[in-house]
Amino acid sequence: MKLSEINHKYQNLQYRKGVVGWIFKNLLSSPLNILLTFFSIYLLYLIIPATINWAILDAVWQGKSNKDCDFSGGACWFFIDARFNTIIYGFYPQEYLWRPNLVFAILAISILAVTTNILSAKLKIRFGVTALITLPFIIFIILKGSIFGIEILHPIVDTGKWGGLILTLILSLGGIMLCFPLGIMLALGRRCDSMPIVKYFCIAFIEFWRGVPLITILFMAAIMLPLLLPEGTQFDKLGRALIGIVLFEAAYIAEVIRGGLQAIPRGQYEAADSLNLTYWKKTGLIIMPQTLKLVIPGIVNNFIALLKDTSLVSIIGMWDLLNSAIGSTRDPKWIGFIIEAYVFAGIIYWIMCFGTSKYSQHLEKKLNTTN
Amino acid sequence: MQNQEEGIIKIKNLNKWYGDFHVLKDINFNCNKKEKIVICGPSGSGKSTLIRCINYLENYQKGSIEVNNILLSENHNVIQKVRRQVSMVFQQFNLFPHLTILQNLTLAPIWVNHATKKEAEETAKYFLERVHISEQADKYPGQLSGGQQQRVAIARSLCMKPQVMLFDEPTSALDPEMISEVLDVIIELAEEGMTMLVVTHEMGFARKIADCVCFMDGGEIIEKNNPEDFFNNPENERSKLFLKQIIQN
Ligand SMILES: Nc1ncnc2c1ncn2[C@@H]1O[C@H](COP(=O)(O)OP(=O)(O)OP(=O)(O)O)[C@@H](O)[C@H]1O
Ligand SMILES: [Mg+2]
Repeated sequence: MKLSEINHKYQNLQYRKGVVGWIFKNLLSSPLNILLTFFSIYLLYLIIPATINWAILDAVWQGKSNKDCDFSGGACWFFIDARFNTIIYGFYPQEYLWRPNLVFAILAISILAVTTNILSAKLKIRFGVTALITLPFIIFIILKGSIFGIEILHPIVDTGKWGGLILTLILSLGGIMLCFPLGIMLALGRRCDSMPIVKYFCIAFIEFWRGVPLITILFMAAIMLPLLLPEGTQFDKLGRALIGIVLFEAAYIAEVIRGGLQAIPRGQYEAADSLNLTYWKKTGLIIMPQTLKLVIPGIVNNFIALLKDTSLVSIIGMWDLLNSAIGSTRDPKWIGFIIEAYVFAGIIYWIMCFGTSKYSQHLEKKLNTTN
Repeated sequence: MQNQEEGIIKIKNLNKWYGDFHVLKDINFNCNKKEKIVICGPSGSGKSTLIRCINYLENYQKGSIEVNNILLSENHNVIQKVRRQVSMVFQQFNLFPHLTILQNLTLAPIWVNHATKKEAEETAKYFLERVHISEQADKYPGQLSGGQQQRVAIARSLCMKPQVMLFDEPTSALDPEMISEVLDVIIELAEEGMTMLVVTHEMGFARKIADCVCFMDGGEIIEKNNPEDFFNNPENERSKLFLKQIIQN
C-alpha cells in the first residue's frame, strides 16, 4: 500500500459512527493529538491507581492515634473522625454543640428555601429578605448567647472560641451579605457625575481597598486597630476581621456591579425618566434588577474567591476550617496527618464552591427572560 | 391664526449646542390641543433632539418650552410636572426586559401615580386591548415581535394618561411587515383626538394624520405647512429635494 492510501484510510476512520469514530475524531486526529492522547493516558495511569490506593485500598479506617497508622501506606482517615469536631466547630465547648448545629440547620433550611421551589416566588422573596436581615442577628445570638451585653442563652461563648467550618461560613457568608449594600452604593456613587464629591470619594474608597492585599487588611484590623482605638474600647477580633473583609470585598463587588451598570442601555434610563420614576425608584426597580442579573457570574466568582480567602484569617490567629484542620495535626498524638487534613479541608471547600457555582448557573438560566 | 391660549406646547427661540455644534437653531413652535404635528427631515437634522427637549431628556441653553402652561426649567419638580403631561414612545421601544408586559404597564402607575395594583392592572388591560395584544400580558418583552413590543410601549405611555404623546421614529426599528400594525394603532389614537408630535419618515402615514408638517434641516425648522401643500408643492428647495429622495426609495 502507498502512504497516501494509508493516510486516506486513516482519515476515513474519523467519519465512522459510534465509539471508534469518536475516538479517531477527538483523540487521534493528528500526530500531535496522538502524542498528547498517549501522554495523557500515561499521566492518568500514574495518578489514578496511586490515588485510589492511598485514599481507599491502603487506607486505615480505624485507630486511636498516630501509632495505629502506617505512614508509608495509605491515608489514615480515623484522624478525621477523631478530630472532626475541632475541624467543624473549632474550640466551641463540646457540651453546647447543639448551638452551632442549630445554626447549620437554620442555614441549610434557609438555603434550601431560597434555592429550591418549595416556596412560591413571592414567598421566596419575602423569606429571602427577612432572612437576610434577621439571620445575622439570630446566628450571632445562638452562637454567642448574648447580644449588646444582654445574656440570652447560657453560657456566653466568646467569639474567640468560634472556629472551624462555622467560622469560615460566618466570615464568607457574612462578608458577602454585608458587602452587598455597600458595594451597590459605591458602584452607583462612582457613576454619579452630578455629585463630584460623592464620585471621587467612591473612587478613592474603591481604589484604596482594592489596592491593599487582604492579608494586610486583616493584619491591620487585628493588630493596628486596637492600638488606634481609645484605651478600653473592646471590640472583638472576629468583628474587626469581618469589617476588614466587608470593606475589602465591597470594593470588588462595587466594580463588578459597575461593570453591569455600564451594560444597561441608555434607553432604559430614558424610558424610566420619561415615566417620571425618581432616581431611587429607577435604580431599584429598573436598573438594579437588570444589573444584578448580569453580574451573577462575577459575584459568584468573587464569593468563591472570598470563601477560600477567609483561610487567611489564620495569620491573625483565628481558627477557620483550614487552620483548624491543620492545627489538629500539631497535637503530639496526631502529628503526621497533615495530608489527610489538607485533603479533607480541600474536599469541604470544593463541595461548597462547586455547589455555589452550579446554583449560579441554574439561576442564570432561570432568570433569562429573552426566550 | 392659532389661538395662543389653546397652545399646549409652546417653544420659543429654542437653541441648543453640543459643545460647539449648534444642534437647534432658534426653534419656534406651537402645538395646539388635539393637533397632530409630523416632524420630518434628513438624518442628523435635530428632530430627535427637539422632541427630547420637550420632556427634558435633553437640556438646552437658550429659549423656553411651555407645556400645558408649565414653563419647563431645570427644577426637578417642574420637570416631573411636565413629564406627567407628555409621554414618549422611543424608536427602540425601551421596554423593561426583566418585567412582564403587564408589569411594564403597571409599574409607573403604581410607583409614580400611587394607583392600587388592581386599578393599574385594569387600566393596563384596557390599553393592551386597545393596542390589540391582550393575550400577551404575561409574556416578557423578549418573547414578542418588534411590532408587538412597540405597541406595548405605546400602551405603557397611554397608561400614564398623558396630554401629549411624543413619537420618535416609532417604526424605524421595525421590519417592513410590522410597520403598519404600529401605524394603525397610532392612527386610531390620532382619530380619537390625542395631541401628538411624531417624528417619522413614513410619508403616507404623515399625510394621513398630520394637521401640520414641520420640515427640519440643519437644526432649523425650514418649512411649516399643512400636509396638502407640503407634499404637493413644497415652498422650500430643501424640502423638495428631501421629498424627492424619500419618494425615490
Ligand atoms: N450626545 C451628543 N453629543 C454630540 N452630538 C450629538 C449628540 N446627540 C446628537 N448629536 C448630534 O446632533 C445632531 C442631531 O441629532 P438628532 O439625533 O436630533 O438627529 P435626528 O434628526 O433625530 O436624526 P435621525 O433621523 O438620524 O434620528 C446630529 O448631527 C448628531 O450627530
Ligand atoms: Mg432621531
